[in-house]
Amino acid sequence: MTQKYRLATGGLIDRRVTVPFTFDGKAMTGHAGDTLASALLANGVHLVGRSFKYHRPRGIVSAGAEEPNALVGVGRDEGHYTPNLRATQVELYHGLRAESQNRTPSLERDVGSITDRLWRFFPAGFYYKTFMWPKGAWTKFFEPRIRAIAGLGRSPAAPDAARYAQIYAHCDVLVIGAGPAGLSAALAAAETGARVILCDEQPQFGGALLAEPGQSAWLAEQRARLAGFANITMLPRTIAFGYFPHNMIGLAQDLTDHQGETSDDAPRGRLWQVRAKQVITATGAIERPLVFPDNDRPGIMLADAARTYVERYAVKPGNRAVVFTAHDDAYRAAVSLHEAGVTIAAIVDLRESPEGPCLDAARAAGLPIRTHATIIGTEGNLRVAAVSVATIGAANAERIACDLVLMSGGFTPSVHLFSQSRGKLAFDPALDAFIPGTPAEPTIAAGAASGCQSLEAAIASGRAAGLSATGQAVAAPVAETVAAGFLGEVPHGRDPASVRAFVDFQNDVTAKDITLALAEGFRSIEHVKRYTTTGMATDQGKTSNMNALGIVSKSLGVPIPSIGTTTFRMPYTPIPFGYFAGYARGDLFEPVRETPIHAWAAEQGAVFEDVSLWKRARYFPRGAETMHEAVARECAAVRAGVGLFDASTLGKIEITGPDAAEFLNRMYVNAWTKLKPGRLRYGILLREDGFIIDDGVVGRIADDRFHVTTTTGGAARVLNMMEDYLQTEFTDLKVWLTSTTEQYAVIAVQGPRAREVIAPLVEDADISAAAMPHMSVVECRVAGVPARLFRVSFTGELGFEINVPADYGRAVWEAIDQAGQTHGIVPYGTETMHVLRAEKGYIIVGQETDGTATPDDVGLTWAIGKAKPDFVGKRALARTALASQTDRKQLVGLLTADPAEVLEEGAHLVADPAQPIPMTMLGHVTSSYWSAALNRSIALAMVRNGRARIGETLHVPLPGRSVAVTLTDPVFYDPEGARLDG
Amino acid sequence: MQKFSAFALAKEALSGQKGWTRQWRDAAPKPAYEAIIVGGGGHGLGTAYYLAKKHGLRNIAVLEKGWIGGGNTGRNTTIIRSNYLFDESAALYDHSVKLWEGLSADLNYNVMFSQRGVMMLSHNVHDEQVFKRHVHANRLNGVDNEWLSPDQAKSFCPPLNIAPGMRHAVTGAALQRRAGTARHDAVAWGYARAADALGVDIIQNCEVTGIDRDASGRVSGVQTSRGAIATRRLGIVAAGNTSVLMAMAGQRMPLESYPLQALVSEPIKPIFPCVVMSNTIHAYISQSDKGELVIGAGTDAYISYSQRGALHISSHTLEAICELFPMFRRMRMLRNWGGIVDVTPDRSPIIAKTEVPGLYVNCGWGTGGFKATPGSADLFAYTMAKDEPHKINAPFNLERFGAGRLIDEAAAAAVAH
Ligand SMILES: Cc1cc2nc3c(=O)[nH]c(=O)nc-3n(C[C@H](O)[C@H](O)[C@H](O)COP(=O)(O)OP(=O)(O)OC[C@H]3O[C@@H](n4cnc5c(N)ncnc54)[C@H](O)[C@@H]3O)c2cc1C
Repeated sequence: MTQKYRLATGGLIDRRVTVPFTFDGKAMTGHAGDTLASALLANGVHLVGRSFKYHRPRGIVSAGAEEPNALVGVGRDEGHYTPNLRATQVELYHGLRAESQNRTPSLERDVGSITDRLWRFFPAGFYYKTFMWPKGAWTKFFEPRIRAIAGLGRSPAAPDAARYAQIYAHCDVLVIGAGPAGLSAALAAAETGARVILCDEQPQFGGALLAEPGQSAWLAEQRARLAGFANITMLPRTIAFGYFPHNMIGLAQDLTDHQGETSDDAPRGRLWQVRAKQVITATGAIERPLVFPDNDRPGIMLADAARTYVERYAVKPGNRAVVFTAHDDAYRAAVSLHEAGVTIAAIVDLRESPEGPCLDAARAAGLPIRTHATIIGTEGNLRVAAVSVATIGAANAERIACDLVLMSGGFTPSVHLFSQSRGKLAFDPALDAFIPGTPAEPTIAAGAASGCQSLEAAIASGRAAGLSATGQAVAAPVAETVAAGFLGEVPHGRDPASVRAFVDFQNDVTAKDITLALAEGFRSIEHVKRYTTTGMATDQGKTSNMNALGIVSKSLGVPIPSIGTTTFRMPYTPIPFGYFAGYARGDLFEPVRETPIHAWAAEQGAVFEDVSLWKRARYFPRGAETMHEAVARECAAVRAGVGLFDASTLGKIEITGPDAAEFLNRMYVNAWTKLKPGRLRYGILLREDGFIIDDGVVGRIADDRFHVTTTTGGAARVLNMMEDYLQTEFTDLKVWLTSTTEQYAVIAVQGPRAREVIAPLVEDADISAAAMPHMSVVECRVAGVPARLFRVSFTGELGFEINVPADYGRAVWEAIDQAGQTHGIVPYGTETMHVLRAEKGYIIVGQETDGTATPDDVGLTWAIGKAKPDFVGKRALARTALASQTDRKQLVGLLTADPAEVLEEGAHLVADPAQPIPMTMLGHVTSSYWSAALNRSIALAMVRNGRARIGETLHVPLPGRSVAVTLTDPVFYDPEGARLDG
Repeated sequence: MQKFSAFALAKEALSGQKGWTRQWRDAAPKPAYEAIIVGGGGHGLGTAYYLAKKHGLRNIAVLEKGWIGGGNTGRNTTIIRSNYLFDESAALYDHSVKLWEGLSADLNYNVMFSQRGVMMLSHNVHDEQVFKRHVHANRLNGVDNEWLSPDQAKSFCPPLNIAPGMRHAVTGAALQRRAGTARHDAVAWGYARAADALGVDIIQNCEVTGIDRDASGRVSGVQTSRGAIATRRLGIVAAGNTSVLMAMAGQRMPLESYPLQALVSEPIKPIFPCVVMSNTIHAYISQSDKGELVIGAGTDAYISYSQRGALHISSHTLEAICELFPMFRRMRMLRNWGGIVDVTPDRSPIIAKTEVPGLYVNCGWGTGGFKATPGSADLFAYTMAKDEPHKINAPFNLERFGAGRLIDEAAAAAVAH
């Protein structure tokens, strides 16, 4: 198709560059500088979408972010497909593929539009009043059908191929919007040397002036001045979408979307989080539609948008136009269109006797003006074909044929961001609109966003904002008279029950829906919004909210300021999820933590498991071994000889300072004062409510220095908790906390031959049984590397844990592995570690305990320092339910009647397996394994009053059967602990 | 009460929708009521409804400082389920699910309870242990909950990414088929309309600013922005503002209030058939009838009464959503908001009498009380009418914190909703 509606001259498009694109498969062309909307209009296409509820044919209404109708899906393939884009915001690029939405089978013929013919049956909120019967029919029958009609575009079917970037920035002044006010503000601020960021959603700076050829010289001059300031960061194609506390603004910068089908190597967009000393919102104003019967046909658009298409994009939006207005500005549009060759069939003005220079210009151009008149209806199916114009209050109407209707109800300042910042809005009666009032953050509104209507006033207010943001003196504002326009449904004299005058185009909310909501008692504006869905579409009410307010105000006889507005929320316009997720995808989403031994284990063919963010070797299969076989072999090797285990993921905190021991006294249940340097103790940490949150071995390295270990998953939580107490409760203590988790590799050597293996590698320490008993620590060298050597065991065997600087972890590991070969050393993983510790009845916090277990519940009362005046959780332990309740769950062992049966972890225990549901549960299985050492299954469980039940038989009901178990002591292996002292 | 039905809709369609009447009256406060409920959320309105319907009280008022349903009721992501671990919680939430199943018919208001199934993803051995413990406990309590393999999870929810190489790969899921979602506003409005029909006064824009007590210490009335109102039975159902109200009667509550946020995408055609929650990676998602993807994030780290959460919290949730459902990465956030949730030390609610005679409190629902709306309201009405708790809510008393008899669902599972 040729661009039949393209003007021969003018505009900011580049006629030398012809840009091919398709819409619903039809090939068309546009020019560089077009949006998809302007290119479609250049090709005479107005019908671009279908509305949400009635599936009414819809056209392009606006030329910007406020567009409610012209929503399209765009993308070369599924990995680049985005639904619901506003054609008015999509920059045209070579080969752009766009499709219309919410229609089957085609835009012209849509079966969904049956709802339009039956519209009387679907008033606001109809779905609350029916589909209630029979029970279950909603989920199975009605809801799926409603869902199919609702929704707009479709989801992309393939993973997003693009990448995203993020950046943080600080500045003195952030100016949002680069129209005349924003430009003036940025320049005024920059002159003082302030660091300025200036952003605008458009590809070029200029704002409204981009559609004012008469101002191009001024604009060029300002742009040239901007370029001269090194202290201004200029961000075109950047939407300020969110205003967060303490002047933090979220910006979304388009980087490659507009370039078309480029490689995915460069990021698609960038999220900016800007912390600004001062913010200036120079975000302009949005024109309001007029609410008249059938005001939604394709070809009916905002007057200023039509003028923008002519002046900026050199497109004629139609051949014969009727202009309907309550504001002078539409006369400028009429003159523009007239000069571009559009016949102005009539200017219909709601006002009785409007006067002013704009009208004079229209009169001078000979345009027919009808004042005190209104449009009472329109015709045309896929495009407006005629309007009926009547004098307000008169019965007879004149039919005027046209293919374009321009409408203007006046302008609404864009206060979205100001309002997000929690600033108070003020109602300006002269404007009939809300403008920024008392701010809650250091923020200033300028230009049309603050209620200015003339260019001079906007420039002056921008300059004033820039000066005041940088602490300069400000001149008095330029005085101007502003004009309001019209809010609400226009007078049309027709039976309100039989016409639909649309307020919210996308969601198909009519004036009548709003009055129905009021009649049904929905009086708060929030209720009206929710009941009718007005303002809840993807444009979030940018063109509809004020008209809805106007209707409510008139119907209830309550002034608008006493009704108030609905809350403005981020984002200002929809922002892709990918911007927020940023770099955090794939490998960079919660990056995997690997130990210094990881690569070695991987080379050995270890199978890994996720434990919090870590990968841990779970077992080391040899040949075709199953996990079961590998674990049985690894267990046997540790019990009989020696095994090597990577414990590097354990959390580690270095606690130093003169009050370190006292700090530990207050945090942990144990007593620390008497622990001698060189000794270890098993510590238990409670929450304030008395329940175990973490445990770990703590070594006293010196009087004022402790090496604390935590569980793998608990490391960060414990450090946070300690810092919290240190900074808020124990401010009297001189203590410093340092996370050392990643500073050390921890190599556990466990088994009767552990000492023999490491002895030849140890320098500067005597590790004989006499010199280094169980639960001691020494600083020495292992394999030539400085080490903290713990003698400690989580297996019940003689054992050591060697802490060496992480960078040497693998070297030391390999040296030990080498030295152990003659002793038959085997590496083992977490699964074997679990079995070995379960055989010994050692708990794992988070597995035996679940945040509801006290030390006594898991048999650890002995650890509590009885003489201590206080520790976190001490008071809680004295509460009645903890101190004297007789049926608390306690740690026990379980032996199944059939030694081959390994119970399922998480299964529950009951006394009577035949009890009907609901059954009385007495406890649950926390750990369950095959024990190679005992040649049978073993399990640990938390059971009500369990210790007193040892010897009893209980039952584990499973689907369709039940397993009998005998309760035993939780220590299955070497109950005397003789093997520890090997 | 005007009867809602397809027939009524048809009739009004043909007569210009002129016959619809107010769904509830705009009541002005009377000098005294038999019972007053403070808080016009779902729980408060429901309480008034059941007090009138089941316990024969007629002279009841609901006082709401703003518009009804404007608190967390109108801000939540509407996940409804009852597969809780502990007996006390399972009984409470399943009582509620059973009421949900008949609620539209009971209220003659379509609350759109949709039993689309809630699936909780497991990503590691620990998750598996925790969820299997739930599945077993639920089975023995008669609450449906089943364990799914990753393939079964994928066939229940086709958009799910179960690639084994993925960060936090899906290792299985627990599915409650009777669980689902409902339309939050309809719950508030449906209860309001039905309560109003039974004579309950629903009084909006009426903020309670003080609680009066007589010489014996018993509640005697409230001070409000619309004047003093007498009552001897006062129920506080004010979610995030509960501590503030209870302080007016000298009661210090075991509550902390945090912002909790949620967000929606632009609407799209049906793609997501159920609710999916992942606790390990902090995200949950469903699709509304309108077509929006409804996504919930976590609470902020700090207490606050500001109804907006921090950007990094919602960003982190979107990171997780985009990993689990990579085709949604290009979907766009349409709206993000927050509510103030009242969190108890054990993350379980309080539905109880207090030490002040005549004062009752229903709070502590934290991040997950929408699902409990009908059950909580029913039990609270019982407690207020009889001046003693029903056996289902008896464990959810205030004394449990002092005694240490906690019902710690969060500790047991760390599941937020
Ligand atoms: C983002 C978010 C997501 C959530 N998602 C879920 C979910 O998926 N599933 C789920 O089950 N739950 C969810 N919840 C929790 C759920 O919303 C709440 O637990 C539940 O709605 C609480 O209902 P309510 O009636 O007790 O409180 P609200 O609805 O908050 O009602 C309390 C009312 O008290 C009024 N009030 C307060 N102070 C006064 C006063 N002084 N005088 C008069 N009136 C007063 C308030 O204005 C408010 O209307 C979510 C919450 C949030 C914020």
